[in-house]
Amino acid sequence: MNFSLARATLIGEVGIAGERAVCDPRGVLYFPDLRLLAVSDLHLEKGSSFARRGALIPPYDTGATLLRLQAVIADYQPSIVISLGDSFHDGGGAERMHPFFREWLEALMAGRDWFWVAGNHDPEAPADLPGETVRELAIGSLLFRHEPSKVRTEGEVAGHLHPCARIVQRGRSVRRRCFAGDGGRMIMPAFGAYTGSLNVLDRAYAGLFRRETLMAYMLGAERIFAISHAMLRPG
Amino acid sequence: MTEQPRLAEHNANVALPEPFIRWFGEKGWSPRAHQIELLARAQAGQSALLIAPTGAGKTLAGFMPSLTELANRPRRKPGQAHRGIHTLYISPLKALAVDIERNLGKPVEEIGLPVTIETRTGDTPSHKRQRQKLAPPDILLTTPEQLALLIAAPDARRFFEDLRYVVLDELHSLVISKRGHLLALGLARLRTYVPELQTIGLSATVAEPDELRRWLVGQNPPGEMAGLITVSGGAKPDISILDSRERVPWSGHSARYATPEIYEAIQKHRMTLLFVNTRSQAEMLFQELWRANEDSLPIALHHGSLDVGQRRRVEKAMADNALRAIVATSTLDLGIDWGDVDLVVHVGAPKGASRLAQRIGRANHRMDEPSKAILIPANRFEVLECRAALDANYLGAQDTPPLINGALDVLSQHVLGVACGAPFDADQLFEEVRSAAPYAELQRQTFDRVIDFVATGGYALKNYERYARIRQTRDGLWRVSNPRIAQQYRLNVGTIVEMPELNVRYVRQGRGMAGRGGPVLGKIEEYFAETLRPGDNFLFAGKVLRFEGIRENECVVSNGAGANIIVPSYAGGKFPLSTYLADQVRGMLADPHKWQALPEQVADWLRLQKEKSVLPKRGDLLVETFPRGNRHYMVAYPFEGRLAHQTLGMLLTRRLERANARPLGFVATDYSLAVWALDDMAALFKAKKPSLAALFDEDMLGDDLEAWLNDSWMLKRTFRTCAVIAGLIEKRFPGQEKSGRQVTVSADLIYDVLRSHEPDHILLQATRTDASAGLLDVSRLAEMLSRVRGRIMHKHLDQISPLALPVMLEIGRESVNGGANESLLMEAADLVEEAMGPRAKPDQEGLT
Repeated sequence: MNFSLARATLIGEVGIAGERAVCDPRGVLYFPDLRLLAVSDLHLEKGSSFARRGALIPPYDTGATLLRLQAVIADYQPSIVISLGDSFHDGGGAERMHPFFREWLEALMAGRDWFWVAGNHDPEAPADLPGETVRELAIGSLLFRHEPSKVRTEGEVAGHLHPCARIVQRGRSVRRRCFAGDGGRMIMPAFGAYTGSLNVLDRAYAGLFRRETLMAYMLGAERIFAISHAMLRPG
Repeated sequence: MTEQPRLAEHNANVALPEPFIRWFGEKGWSPRAHQIELLARAQAGQSALLIAPTGAGKTLAGFMPSLTELANRPRRKPGQAHRGIHTLYISPLKALAVDIERNLGKPVEEIGLPVTIETRTGDTPSHKRQRQKLAPPDILLTTPEQLALLIAAPDARRFFEDLRYVVLDELHSLVISKRGHLLALGLARLRTYVPELQTIGLSATVAEPDELRRWLVGQNPPGEMAGLITVSGGAKPDISILDSRERVPWSGHSARYATPEIYEAIQKHRMTLLFVNTRSQAEMLFQELWRANEDSLPIALHHGSLDVGQRRRVEKAMADNALRAIVATSTLDLGIDWGDVDLVVHVGAPKGASRLAQRIGRANHRMDEPSKAILIPANRFEVLECRAALDANYLGAQDTPPLINGALDVLSQHVLGVACGAPFDADQLFEEVRSAAPYAELQRQTFDRVIDFVATGGYALKNYERYARIRQTRDGLWRVSNPRIAQQYRLNVGTIVEMPELNVRYVRQGRGMAGRGGPVLGKIEEYFAETLRPGDNFLFAGKVLRFEGIRENECVVSNGAGANIIVPSYAGGKFPLSTYLADQVRGMLADPHKWQALPEQVADWLRLQKEKSVLPKRGDLLVETFPRGNRHYMVAYPFEGRLAHQTLGMLLTRRLERANARPLGFVATDYSLAVWALDDMAALFKAKKPSLAALFDEDMLGDDLEAWLNDSWMLKRTFRTCAVIAGLIEKRFPGQEKSGRQVTVSADLIYDVLRSHEPDHILLQATRTDASAGLLDVSRLAEMLSRVRGRIMHKHLDQISPLALPVMLEIGRESVNGGANESLLMEAADLVEEAMGPRAKPDQEGLT
């Protein structure tokens, strides 16, 4: 592995259904034993999706997201990459992508097994891009899918909800994106540059976790902060 | 009534129609000199600025040209087409428009004029708006936002083709904001429709009347000015500073010590208006007064966060003289006439002499009777400030802020609005925009970038051509590409961007979050609500409330009680000390003769400072250093206001960090600034590593400022405002929050992406300009640094000085503004040992 020891102390080591994983503060999940990198909710081309409807927000989100993706891929050199759905903000996203970004993405994909898990924003395979599009993917004791299932599923790794967590300390509030896991299931933070987030205490998460063991792995600038359920605040 | 100048009979140039002469006669009045002069100028085809104190009959004067002209106009025959608007009246406040409708209606009826007067505000129902388009009133009373909307309508030119006059009320308060920029652009548009259009500006006294005179007329050629009519005087107000029998506190803003004395003053007067600077002060004072209110006097509360219904009830009670006292913030600042106020109490320092004059003008709203006012300083520095403001008021000094150049986000909004109304030619629009005074210096290149921004976002990466909002067609004209764009524009018009807020919903106690359907008490900033825990008690709308939780866009509360009551702090409403007053305060410190006018305990404090340390000369900057505990402190006294001091604190900390002084934090007040560090800063200055002069060198406003700015939460907040005004992101509407954070794009994310990819983008430029002028007050800091060059006086002490006491007491009490902070996460995280690592860098954004 390429990351330094100093780095290793700052990443959150977790177990998911017995499989060892690290929560990287940049918002990706890495399984060292499988050399597998999971990333969720890239929402590429969200900017142009808004622009179509008249909100001309800066067209740099795809580039910004790819730049960050490139950095984690360079660090971990995974042999498998799973993009956990909503990889594009809408069905036309891959088509709208600037040729420069498309080539860049293809270069990142080269030499690895790359899986596009279908999401609600992008149920179809992205146009003219390599990689395999799947509904869900089982590897060992792990099950990768976009939307977490309503019934409790051990080993499920999902995205979709864009979890964030909030704490209040000394009268000040800090909200960050986070991984949310209870040892059995893990929901990943959204990775895309323009993706917002939803508090893990929101109703949308009802029934997904065992409360007693739920942890929010909040993303800091350089490290993960593991916060137990009792410390979390809604909103 | 005092003697009135009788000019009407003598001024042969003025045609006052017979019904007016009769009406004045019946009332036993005669027109005042300024009313006649304004009429004469208007009839000669001139635009004019009328500067007069409250109670001088400004409103009637402003409408005289319209009313006399309308009186002579032949009536419309049945079947004849409706005429367009004759006079447009624009005020900064909806309530003011409504008030004028009432006040103007009366003389119009008594004189028997065939004139229709109507308001058009955000509250006007849509059927009335439609009817107004078909059958416009003669006089339309409205706001800057409504004018922008009217201009963006396809029938704008026809609607305004008969327009003769635009009357701009409270012009001094309109022109200093982005609303003023939008209005100036709207006015330029109206002049294109009707080149002979005349404007009449009504204003309180201002420092630079010429700026307003230029603002009122087209700047082609540049420098053109409207006529000026000044009404001087009014009775001299009777203002005093409370010489309290209690001890005046060293710091803080509550003025709690004076509650019994304030209550006594209320008891002695018919109706007392109590002004405070912030909403939290209003809540606190209100609470304190009711605690003291043994006679159960009717005392009410009025501030901008309260529910509209409640505010209207208070205003009505005030007009009916049913109240004995009202605690209010700036929502009641402007010239609305209500009730029989005979005392104004100003709690906290007024921060500006003009503001003081304006507020005191509210007592006895008649120009010939003296207003009575008491100033209540909340701490000892405020005693100096109140004294300075009082002297300034007697001197008639004015410290209204200088006008700034027109903002580019506002121009972007306007350009889109123009396109929504009708296709435009870029060359012609450029000339039109430059004729508006705030944009008189606009460069063509910048204008073209604005057009590019409106069309496709103006990005270097040309990705959005196919989504352009406006397009240049073959005839060379720009038009909106899609009717949906115009709809979006109409929803987002205006320049007032609120902080995200939550409704405060009251439920019965014990129902918790399950409670539903109680009344909404008002609105509270989201970020404050987020710091509350269920069960916390806080003060709002004059009540102690128990926080139950946040449900969608509502903050759910029930009856609260208990001792640990939190007072919401609000983002807005803290005015910085004006430059003029700051200078006066410095002058007072430097001159012991002036201390005689101060309360004994305050004069004593200054004498003690003189013994133990030193008092700076008027133009000097005093910097004290002293050790305390295991820290080293540096306290500087620039008196440039809190915003400039915060910026200075940020920059000094960066520099001290580089000099290895290991600074830990700083705190800023309106008057001074304290920085503390692990190392001895005095020793550093002595060894010239760096010298004090080098530390305070103006070059800190270069790279250091730039580097800090980029990460600053203040810039993000400013960016959000600019992005909404410029139409890049949409305003948030009540109820929209329900759709959840994950579907919208937050302005912070857009800012981060844009800054790293296109730092020169026009919207980032607009943001930096705004932040420098506003939240950071960079220009003021720059002036100060240049003023004190070679005049910094260093005093090293063994211990804290009397003058340093107030700012030192703020340490730890001041909450840090804005941005999230990793150390808080660190505390919360289970890995506490991680927090005990090497010395943490001082937080980029924090103060402690």
